[in-house]
Amino acid sequence: MSAAVAEKVILGKTLSIDADGNLANLSDWNEEIAAELAKEEGIEVLNEKHWQVINYMRKVYTDTGDAPSIRKLTKESGVDTKELYALFPKGPAKKAARIAGLPKPKGCI
Amino acid sequence: METQMKNLVILGAGTAGTMMLNKLHKALDLSRWRLIIVDNEKTHYYQPGFLFIPFGVYNESDVVKQKVKFFPEGMNMINSEIWKVIPEYNMVHLDNGITLDYDVLIIATGSKLAPEETEGLTGKLWKKDIFDFYTLDGAKALAEKFKTWDGGKLVINITEMPIKCPVAPLEFAFLADAFFEERGIREKVHIQYVTPLAEAFTKHKCAEVLGHFLEDKGIELVAEFNTGRIDNDEKKLISWDEREVDFDLLVTVPTNKGADYIETSGLGDELNFVPTDKHTLQSIAHKNIFVIGDATNIPASKAGSVAHFESEILTENILHFIHAEPLAARFDGHANCFIESGRGKAFLIDFNYDVEPMPGNFPMAHIGPFSLLKETRMNHLGKLMFRWAYWNILLKGKELPIGPQMSLKGKILDDIYKSDGFITDEQQITKLSGGI
Repeated sequence: MSAAVAEKVILGKTLSIDADGNLANLSDWNEEIAAELAKEEGIEVLNEKHWQVINYMRKVYTDTGDAPSIRKLTKESGVDTKELYALFPKGPAKKAARIAGLPKPKGCI
Repeated sequence: METQMKNLVILGAGTAGTMMLNKLHKALDLSRWRLIIVDNEKTHYYQPGFLFIPFGVYNESDVVKQKVKFFPEGMNMINSEIWKVIPEYNMVHLDNGITLDYDVLIIATGSKLAPEETEGLTGKLWKKDIFDFYTLDGAKALAEKFKTWDGGKLVINITEMPIKCPVAPLEFAFLADAFFEERGIREKVHIQYVTPLAEAFTKHKCAEVLGHFLEDKGIELVAEFNTGRIDNDEKKLISWDEREVDFDLLVTVPTNKGADYIETSGLGDELNFVPTDKHTLQSIAHKNIFVIGDATNIPASKAGSVAHFESEILTENILHFIHAEPLAARFDGHANCFIESGRGKAFLIDFNYDVEPMPGNFPMAHIGPFSLLKETRMNHLGKLMFRWAYWNILLKGKELPIGPQMSLKGKILDDIYKSDGFITDEQQITKLSGGI
């Protein structure tokens, strides 16, 4: 959960977003919203591997209160670094967090 | 009956550890507490000074002194590597065979470079055409290289975040621009700044206000580039998503990691940084372990100014802890950085967890003498004066005229902070003294 600074309409719903453009409220997220957020990141279709990463990220966030860094993803999500970058080009941790409805990972400071 | 002495052990005698030693030496009742500090190095390095060495502004003698000179009188340190902490037994094993029992432990062992984490980085070009400037050896080797280098593609690359002093690579780029101009070969040097971040600055507000400086100085920005490997034969950086950047001379900021014993002891995250409460500085896993400076995983800059502000908060909280009181002092993420921009000028930024850097004057409203988010000569003089303040005031745990909590005085606020109800200094002091 992070501070809302703006609002945005996705699929007819008005959602609060934080300073990084991520959803401000975890509860606003669902799979349809995720698909829309993915399109904004240039990912047209979320496949099984994408979901493996997204679900892993949401689990870590629920357990620890932080979205995992790229290193933690590589170590624990079951998807290796190379593939993570193929799934979420340029910034897997950041992009997957955004699509998963989570704040930007802390490592990006 | 005489009460038994208790042990407070500090691991690491760098910037943070030395400051804590000096502060606690004053604050603790030394008839009841024994202070012990451990470090594997006898030399204290002024790390912010490394940046200037490649450009011949500083040399080795400007940045090294004996650690013990900055300790309280009569204090010495145990000179050894740390092998393992066993939190269940409140015990530290050292490489030299000594075992230390602690009642309170402070982890201040910082972060170190781990170039071996990146494939090809320490290959045949290492220290020939690939250099770092975050170690004294690296900075000195680069100074030698620059003396005879006659131009080509200079690439400055941040491998992955987090790194200590996140503005240093940018300062390096600015100083390189000025340095090669002075040498009369600027038009022969193509400077690229290659970063995993979306912008050159870690703070968006800086990018907004200062972003044009890169363009003005002819420095090309390659953003969102996550270095996967270095091709030594082709002299290329290759990202995880197969983008390529050619270089003739690569100045790298390798992956940063916490100390090895953190991993051995099972105390760290995937980069050996210790999960720490970002406000109280207590370790998440063990109540009698506290963490300060670069060794933590808190979302603040890994920088000396941060360690300094933390040291004031941590001293208070250690006293609270040993008196079995709630840890009332709260660190707000305050960082204060001079950013050297070349040609005798610098910027200054001041921010915390919640408030982005803003323009204005610092530390006093209207007076300054320093200007926030603006390039001035006075800021540059501030940066140079800081080395004196570091050796003579900061390390010895004496007060600087800047408090640990970030102040909004003199800052020109964005509407977002005004409307969000951010509080003034006076309100903040009232709130803090009223307890949290």
